[in-house]
Amino acid sequence: MTTVAQPITRETIAALDLARIRADFPILAERINGKPLVYLDNAATSQKPRVVLDAIANYYEHMNANIHRGVHTLSVRATEAHDAARLTVKELINASDTREIIFVRGATEAINLVAQTYGRKHVDAGDEVLITAMEHHSNIVPWQILCEEKGAHLKVAPIDDRGELILDEFAKLIGARTKIVAVTHVSNALGTVLPLREMIELAHRNGVPVLVDGAQAVPHFAVDVQALDADFYAFSGHKVYGPTGIGVLYGKRALLEAMPPYQGGGDMIRSVTFEKTTYNDLPWKFEAGTPDIAGAIALGAALKYITGLGMENIAAHENDLLVYATEAVGAIPGVQLIGTATERVGVVSFVLDGVHPHDLGTILDREGIAIRTGHHCAQPVMERFGIPATARASFAVYNTKEEVDALVAGIRTAREVFA
Amino acid sequence: MSADLGELGDLYQEVILEHSKAPRNFRKPATANHHAEGFNPLCGDKCSVYLDVEDGAIKDIGFQGSGCAISRASASMMTQILKGKSTEEAAKLFGEFHDLVTGDPEAMKNAADLGKLAAFGGVSKFPARVKCATLAWHTLQSALEDKSETVSTE
Repeated sequence: MTTVAQPITRETIAALDLARIRADFPILAERINGKPLVYLDNAATSQKPRVVLDAIANYYEHMNANIHRGVHTLSVRATEAHDAARLTVKELINASDTREIIFVRGATEAINLVAQTYGRKHVDAGDEVLITAMEHHSNIVPWQILCEEKGAHLKVAPIDDRGELILDEFAKLIGARTKIVAVTHVSNALGTVLPLREMIELAHRNGVPVLVDGAQAVPHFAVDVQALDADFYAFSGHKVYGPTGIGVLYGKRALLEAMPPYQGGGDMIRSVTFEKTTYNDLPWKFEAGTPDIAGAIALGAALKYITGLGMENIAAHENDLLVYATEAVGAIPGVQLIGTATERVGVVSFVLDGVHPHDLGTILDREGIAIRTGHHCAQPVMERFGIPATARASFAVYNTKEEVDALVAGIRTAREVFA
Repeated sequence: MSADLGELGDLYQEVILEHSKAPRNFRKPATANHHAEGFNPLCGDKCSVYLDVEDGAIKDIGFQGSGCAISRASASMMTQILKGKSTEEAAKLFGEFHDLVTGDPEAMKNAADLGKLAAFGGVSKFPARVKCATLAWHTLQSALEDKSETVSTE
């Protein structure tokens, strides 16, 4: 976890061999508009190391079969590899049991799953769902749909001018009618790290379970769902160096067991007659249909890759980059940083006086630099700061200070174009 | 603008930069009798177009909103060129402008016929920016048809 003001120790920087890491990611050799690719859009999706690409090819070349069904060798191989991936996920986030790891399409599906199962069972007319003003649309809209269906109310804990949650206000909003709290671990638009332990403790003191959207956290630092005491924890594979189309929902076993299933189909049942169907055990109860087997196995490869590098080393390197980028970008005349929380990871969000983010994005693209411009699927955050959009540079383990320098030079070019 | 910007210079032509910095008809005409709202959900650009139409002629036109240089300049130059034109001419111009920014070879060849709007020919090399250039025009079309819902470029 990052404290931006924290001094950087030389030892942590030396711990990662950046040239070797960059060589692990084939796409980083691409040239864009004749320039080397500078990929700073990692909060949207990360690039994939060779081991992940190989895992996908290896699966289809040597073990493609449906899982849990066949007695034949390929099916056994596929099943074993799929189970191993689940174990890797369990270990990464320190869940207590692999049955608590549900494979889904991504964080969005994980949140919808909880809203449509736990939410529909427990939220009634007049009840409340509490979120924060920093949520991605994926942690707003599923709850709005639920609240509309049930006649419940969506409550939103406010943030301050630095982009930090106002904890007192959050605490005040937890009441007798609050049935679930759904909050992000890290803001995708601002990079703010939320004080989850305090927030979860506050909710639990009122007997309210907490869902955490960890999509922007898992790639950047070690997450321990038991230490956090999170009831549900969701993340996407593609933001943590895995493929698109695969993600994870962690849920405490007792909660998952008491929940109705999400989708009906094959794999999620124990026995089916036209009169009665008995549901399967966890985690399969929530995994109807043939899953993205290759995706889960490749996600496992991605998670092994980052644990091999060491989450502490990744966090230290990215913190180094973030401190450097915050200072360098912030020093450009006309730049206003959006989101200046003390605890931040991975993101520098800003606006440039006289240059719309969209124009900046085009100019940087000509220099081979990929950033995200727009509202980042967090329109309420933009509204909070009174702006329609920001430019956002976001970092991954393979980014370098030289790339930050290229970004700074590109922003200066944009200023010249619009001078 | 600084030295040679290559394709960037094609996109951000001098006249486009000038209009984006000092947009013309950036106002709501008091006599406006048609109006529509446009929105580009991708980048958050917003555009309101106001028209005073009498006997099929655009007597006055203005726009308001926030957006990138391309969308502001496009709206500004659109209002300039349409003032005094008939609504049929406006619809025809939209068609020609749309063909130009999407890189239709015929339209590129005849770009000079579009006068100042020819400056938007460079947009065709930047597919991600076509929606910025056409937002004001889509909103205009909606205003002429008196549609009440916000026009979205998505």
